[in-house]
Amino acid sequence: MAKNDLQGAIDLLILKSLSQLGSMHGYGIAMHIERVSDELLTVEEGSLYPALHRIDQNGWVRAEWRVTESGRKAKYYALTAAGKKQLAEREKNWEQVVKGVQAILRFA
Amino acid sequence: MGVLRRIWALGKRSSLGSENERELREHMEMRIDANLAKGMNPEQAAREARLRFGNPVVMKERVEAEDAALGLDSFIRDVRYALRGFAKSPGFTAVAIVTLALGIGANTAVFELLDAVRLRSLPVHAPQELAEVRIAGGNHGFGITDGPYSQFTIPMWQEVRSNHEPFSAVFAWRATDVLAGKLTDAHRIHGLEVSGNFFNVLGVAPMQGRLIEPQDEAGCGVSKVVVSYPYWKSQMGGQSLTPASTMMMDGRSVQVLGVTPPSFLGLVVGDRFDVAFPTCDPPNPRREVFSFAVMGRLKPEWSVDRASAYFGSISSGIFEETAPTGYNAEAVKTYKSFRLGAYAAGSGVSMLREAYDSSLQLLLAITGLVLLIACANLANLMLARASTRQREMAIRIALGASRGRLLRQLLIESGLLAFGGAACGVALAQPLSRLLVTSLNTTQSSIQLTITTDWRVLVFAALVAMLTAILFGTVPALRGTKADPITSLKAGARGVVGGRERFSVQRLMVVTQIAVSMVLLVGALLFVRSYRNLVTLDPGMRESGITIAYIGFPFAKIKPENEAEYKRQMIEDVRSVPGVENAASTTNTPLGGSSWEHAVRVGAIEGSSKFTYASPAYFATMGIPLLTGRVFTDADTNESPFVLIVNQAFIRKYLGNSPPIGQAVHVMPEPDYPERSYQIIGTIADTKYGSLREDTPPMAFAPAAQLPATAQGPWVAMMIASSEGPEAIAGVRHALEAKNPNMIVRFSNFQQGIQDNLVRDRMLAMLSGFFGFLAAMLVVVGLYGVLSFFITQRRNEIGIRIALGARRGQVIGLVMRDTAAMLLVGVALGTLLALFAGRTASAMLFGLKAYDAATMIFAFVLLAVIAVIASWLPSLKASRLDPVAALRSE
Repeated sequence: MAKNDLQGAIDLLILKSLSQLGSMHGYGIAMHIERVSDELLTVEEGSLYPALHRIDQNGWVRAEWRVTESGRKAKYYALTAAGKKQLAEREKNWEQVVKGVQAILRFA
Repeated sequence: MGVLRRIWALGKRSSLGSENERELREHMEMRIDANLAKGMNPEQAAREARLRFGNPVVMKERVEAEDAALGLDSFIRDVRYALRGFAKSPGFTAVAIVTLALGIGANTAVFELLDAVRLRSLPVHAPQELAEVRIAGGNHGFGITDGPYSQFTIPMWQEVRSNHEPFSAVFAWRATDVLAGKLTDAHRIHGLEVSGNFFNVLGVAPMQGRLIEPQDEAGCGVSKVVVSYPYWKSQMGGQSLTPASTMMMDGRSVQVLGVTPPSFLGLVVGDRFDVAFPTCDPPNPRREVFSFAVMGRLKPEWSVDRASAYFGSISSGIFEETAPTGYNAEAVKTYKSFRLGAYAAGSGVSMLREAYDSSLQLLLAITGLVLLIACANLANLMLARASTRQREMAIRIALGASRGRLLRQLLIESGLLAFGGAACGVALAQPLSRLLVTSLNTTQSSIQLTITTDWRVLVFAALVAMLTAILFGTVPALRGTKADPITSLKAGARGVVGGRERFSVQRLMVVTQIAVSMVLLVGALLFVRSYRNLVTLDPGMRESGITIAYIGFPFAKIKPENEAEYKRQMIEDVRSVPGVENAASTTNTPLGGSSWEHAVRVGAIEGSSKFTYASPAYFATMGIPLLTGRVFTDADTNESPFVLIVNQAFIRKYLGNSPPIGQAVHVMPEPDYPERSYQIIGTIADTKYGSLREDTPPMAFAPAAQLPATAQGPWVAMMIASSEGPEAIAGVRHALEAKNPNMIVRFSNFQQGIQDNLVRDRMLAMLSGFFGFLAAMLVVVGLYGVLSFFITQRRNEIGIRIALGARRGQVIGLVMRDTAAMLLVGVALGTLLALFAGRTASAMLFGLKAYDAATMIFAFVLLAVIAVIASWLPSLKASRLDPVAALRSE
């Protein structure tokens, strides 16, 4: 199990969302996570954007400026091949983290 | 957005920053849109969005922190900050950069020379495939060796030409001077005799016309030549060649076929050729004359080592086949034991390598040490600067800057200085290097080196710059960032007595400087004294007012049996020229590096002796005193008994204590020199033979008229004694031309020639002297700087001492004691280093040992004087300190 997996949850959420949405801007990603999790999870802008830029620096996403449906200009992010690979890895790791955490919670 | 684009956007921090800003702003807008859609009024919508978003500036910074390119951006900011700092203290910056430029420049200059002499490849096709074939260990003086690169006799070359398994092709060449122009007004140019495939195998393409090709080898007697680009430019006006283009070479007209490209100057590094011409297979080649160098192009599957083994294995066959006749059995056995080997030749061949390799390496070490001293000085300067910037550092630490960040800032500053210094240094290196080469040129020969700043030089300069930056930057940076913000920010943090610990680093620097400059001073003194020893050495003969005339009369058609008499008459003609004191012929001119010896047997002792055939007036002309017996007369000819005059070394080796006069000396046979028995008729004092450095070998002189008729030739070297100079020499030329208009005459000044042979020693003496002086100056500056700094730091202490009644002398003593301590430690260390370093220089010294006590003591005294001079002013200033002012500033 890698060290930063709990903190890496936000990265995982972003990567997964992008894999579901194809290509999306930061606001859309935040909305998507909120909606799909039935508002159980809200992503703060304060962690969303640094995470997005970190992911960008790692080459897991590609960014470009496009016009939204509502006519605004926004920076759209889309997964790269490396990003897809990363996502698969993160998902596997996450399952183990969840198992580990559950095991500790159930320990009487 | 790709990383590349970010780096490209570097420096345009605003554009990258504003892109992030826009992204975040759009996000906010979308939130507001959503809020409006939920039914909030615009004011509420904006407020809610802002609340959720938090502080936009913090947000922006957090995003930027993730961008690596912006990390680079802060690097640029550090550079800008450093440059601003330099602009504020131009004095410091100028001193630092000039010091580094000189230091790095000197190092790079020497390295450029080393690079040109030994590292660079020949400008030919695939130079790494070239290999030279040589006799391993040389021919031990067997037979006659034409020049420094002459390894092969013609029969040997013919053997290798038909047996060269490892090579796809093999070629031979030799450097030989030829005469250009009309014979009466001829001048010597550098000839290159080459086998027909020379240019083809090397892959040198003609710049004009065609080059020599295999079919040109047919028939002896040169009729076609190729000229080098510089010769074509300077002597032929650079005009395009036509089939009618000719030049005069060795008295005949030859056709100029083509011009070689500008980059190709032959295979000898540091030399060039003017004209290349094809060799031929002479009908009866001399078997004992080594004249050619042989090289080949290795086949892909052959390594140099394997080729070497191959030639080793076929050697006995080759030497068996080519053994010369006319030698005694012993000599022939030596010849047959020679072994050939192959050696990589991709960077050409060069005498300069043997002659200057160790000197250049030594120079590189010297310049390296000077740079080390300069670094120590700079480090001290930086330390002083760091201490004045303590407050700045303290504030930055207090504001939350990490130590790493400050360290980076300071290292960037020293890196920038080093970079600036290196850039100037590289620019400086070329002219310095050329100057160095010019200083090695003599009246007789000039060194042709293409000094270029290639990648090796740049890498070298970059490495040196990095090393210096680390050397002078690290300690001050570590120290500067160690400042404790609280104490530094408190006003009078200096305290009464300066912190002992801080000073110790600066002391260490000064001690290092003194130690290193001790090494340099000892080296300088050694080389200067060694040069002086050489210059003032008495070679045992007259040096001044002697002119050597090399005379050739191949066109006078004198029969061999009449040549001796013709030469005798010529000498008489020269002697009767007004202004000529005396003149004599000799077969070997002394102190010019050439040598001639015969195997001899005296009684039961066998060995060899230098042999010179000289005309009767030789000893009088050269001022060599006859100790016992008589000199030659005109009556000593081939018809009279053979007579010999020997020197003391000869007597010591062969005769011991028995009286020399009347003893028989048996000379072993050699081609053209039949076996003979001489009788000793006189003895002379020891004189130097080939060079000033060599010990006097056993020497024997025989009368010029007794030179075997077979060994006669239409040329003679004449030593002419005349204090009147040019007019007398002009008279000699006249007299010779009157005798025969086609006489080839070349004069050279004997004394000048001797001095020319000392150019390496002169260069070492001059440069080591210069660098020793520079080192001493740097120590003065360094010591002065550090002492001044100490005194500023100890103002309060000194003020209190003076207030309490310390006398001026006591204060001066305080400072001087400090100096003395550093001096003693430095000198002790330096002496050890000098002794250690001296071992490597021993071989280059003449007439003294590297561990010369007088030299060491003198260097110590010099350094002591330097130390006193450097500390006098600061200590005087300290003693004049006004205690009231000093204490009030607290």
